[in-house]
Amino acid sequence: MSVIRTALNRTSWAPRIRGVTVAALALVLAAVATPPVRDRVVQHPLDVAAFLVVMVAIGMFWSLPSDFTRRMKRNPLSIAGFVIVMCFISVAVLAPLLALPKAGTRDPYLIPHEGFLPDPQPPRLGHPFGTTGRQYDIYYGVVWGTRTAFRVAIVVVTISIALGLTLGSIAGYYGTRLDELIMRVTDVFLAFPSLVLAVVITAVLGKGLEKVMIAIAVVGWPVYARLLRGEILSVKQRDYVEAARAAGAGDLRIILRHVVPNTIYPFLVYAAFDTGVIVLVAAALSFLGLGAEVGYADWGQLINMSRSWILGVPGNPFVYWYTVVFPGIVIFLFVLGWNLLGDAFRDILDPRLRGST
Amino acid sequence: MGTYVARRLLLLPLVAFGVTVLIFALLQFLSPAQRAALFVTNPNQLAQIDGIIRKYGLDKPAHVQYWIWLKELARGDLGWSQTARMPTSAAIGTFFPATLELTIYIFIPVVLIGLWLGTKAAVHKDRFVDHFSRFVAISLRGLPSFVWGLVVLMVFYGWLAWFPPGRLSLEADLYVKSPAFRPYTHLLTLDALLNGQVWVFLDALRHIVGPAMTLVLVEMALLVRVTRSSMLEVLRQDYVRTARAKGLAEPVVINRHARRNALIPVVTLSSLLFVGLLGGVVLAETIFNYPGIGKWGAEAAVQLDIPGVTGFGMFVAMLTVLGNLAADILYASIDPRIRLQ
Repeated sequence: MSVIRTALNRTSWAPRIRGVTVAALALVLAAVATPPVRDRVVQHPLDVAAFLVVMVAIGMFWSLPSDFTRRMKRNPLSIAGFVIVMCFISVAVLAPLLALPKAGTRDPYLIPHEGFLPDPQPPRLGHPFGTTGRQYDIYYGVVWGTRTAFRVAIVVVTISIALGLTLGSIAGYYGTRLDELIMRVTDVFLAFPSLVLAVVITAVLGKGLEKVMIAIAVVGWPVYARLLRGEILSVKQRDYVEAARAAGAGDLRIILRHVVPNTIYPFLVYAAFDTGVIVLVAAALSFLGLGAEVGYADWGQLINMSRSWILGVPGNPFVYWYTVVFPGIVIFLFVLGWNLLGDAFRDILDPRLRGST
Repeated sequence: MGTYVARRLLLLPLVAFGVTVLIFALLQFLSPAQRAALFVTNPNQLAQIDGIIRKYGLDKPAHVQYWIWLKELARGDLGWSQTARMPTSAAIGTFFPATLELTIYIFIPVVLIGLWLGTKAAVHKDRFVDHFSRFVAISLRGLPSFVWGLVVLMVFYGWLAWFPPGRLSLEADLYVKSPAFRPYTHLLTLDALLNGQVWVFLDALRHIVGPAMTLVLVEMALLVRVTRSSMLEVLRQDYVRTARAKGLAEPVVINRHARRNALIPVVTLSSLLFVGLLGGVVLAETIFNYPGIGKWGAEAAVQLDIPGVTGFGMFVAMLTVLGNLAADILYASIDPRIRLQ
């Protein structure tokens, strides 16, 4: 094992990745040239354009000659996390090309189903992951569920960060009574296990995906607020803050221009980990039946539908394996990818913690 | 030590007060008629819902309502839970022992395996055990417990038929409810042994293994990593070198000198673990149809049984706060550096 490890460490990963990227691009171009794919591309020009923009942005980030990317390329686990997350982003952006919505559908997030046959049917041509109960296509649900996952993650992280940033900086910067008050409020929120509070809030607000997003954001902001407060407390004693104040800068300017930029890294690291957790909690709520409605493209919803088909038939217990395995693996990989990326960010941005987990 | 604990104890009622305010604020999203359900203690009262609204002042300003509601809470009156078909406080009393039992059966293996694997990984740093434990920890961290639980159910119930869902088989359940069986603690495995009924014990154990196995694997990962890094930190200390230099056997150095000190952060973590478990049981109990507080809470939420779900939430919050307090006190009592701060 250690031999393999040293061997891995010695190889330089950068040229290989460049080679793989070029090969992948060539493959994509070759695929686009074939008629069925070309049709899909022509039908959804906006999604393809978005995909190209994302890919160029990622390529530019990756080839930046900075310390950040250099460190990232050195660790195979970081690369794995990066690749997994990029794959999910690509799938989300290209969802209409990968799983064509039915012509004239009112909402592409509703999984199409042919007929109402109650039993799941195994993977076959046209339904690569099989169909779950009542013939909802699992592949379609997984692909469009990626979009749902990112939507949930983006909305929740944005709300939690906005709340956490505001309250955390107020608490950390102004201190004393306001600080005490805000910290006691976070204590109250942190007194609940996050899933339990999310369940209670969703139930009181009424079921639905939007309610789930609100619930998870309400549960999530206190950690951001505390993180920022702690960082600000250590930063605000520094000389450059004093210098800015001496130069006549106002509070808002000092917070936004001097304090926040210097405290933002732990925030980003935590946000990367949190993205995985958010999607996991959202999936759990959908699994319990509090989230998306039946037939909506959502990973938790797919798992929820598979619950009736866990036991199979006598003599063949695993006959409906595909109903739980495919959505399950996708959730697992999503969370894993963000965890690895979070590890990578933390290792790079906070060298003290390197190798601790 | 005294002031430290006193400060933590003072915070306790403050947080408890905050929890009730939070829940009350949430309840303001509901109409007065829905909130009236919180004051109902038996379903027959539902006929005079307008009378209840007036009696409890549900059309009055929020602070007056809060005071009335708090008085009801203080009397242990949390409303009628439609899902449990009994008052919410009675439902908590009925379902909590099952969850407590499950939690114990998860907590012990997690701590044992976590400490063992974490120590092993630290002692054999960069060897196979270390890489293996890291691989396990990294991959388990992303494991959704509800997917893993379904897989466990599929394999160990659907295929092998070893660990059925529920809490007891039919005949054991009948026996437990008969007057011949005395419920001393309401923890079934313990009660069965106290009654001298080994078959009931085995039956209850069989039903608990499935949900326990699901959560042990998910919760273990963090403990392994924390034990490992804490052990690595301690193994570098001078007193460990001294212990080795004076010729003590390696197991004595590891177990007596190093691990005792490495346990300090692990104790803190175990309180987090307890909190994590209270969330985790919601999913595990639902999957395995285990009649605990988590399954009831999830059901109440899905059926919009508001008294049930808010009662569940507040109860779990109180448990969490108490768990954190216990961990803080334990932490201070084993680490003199905290005590003297």
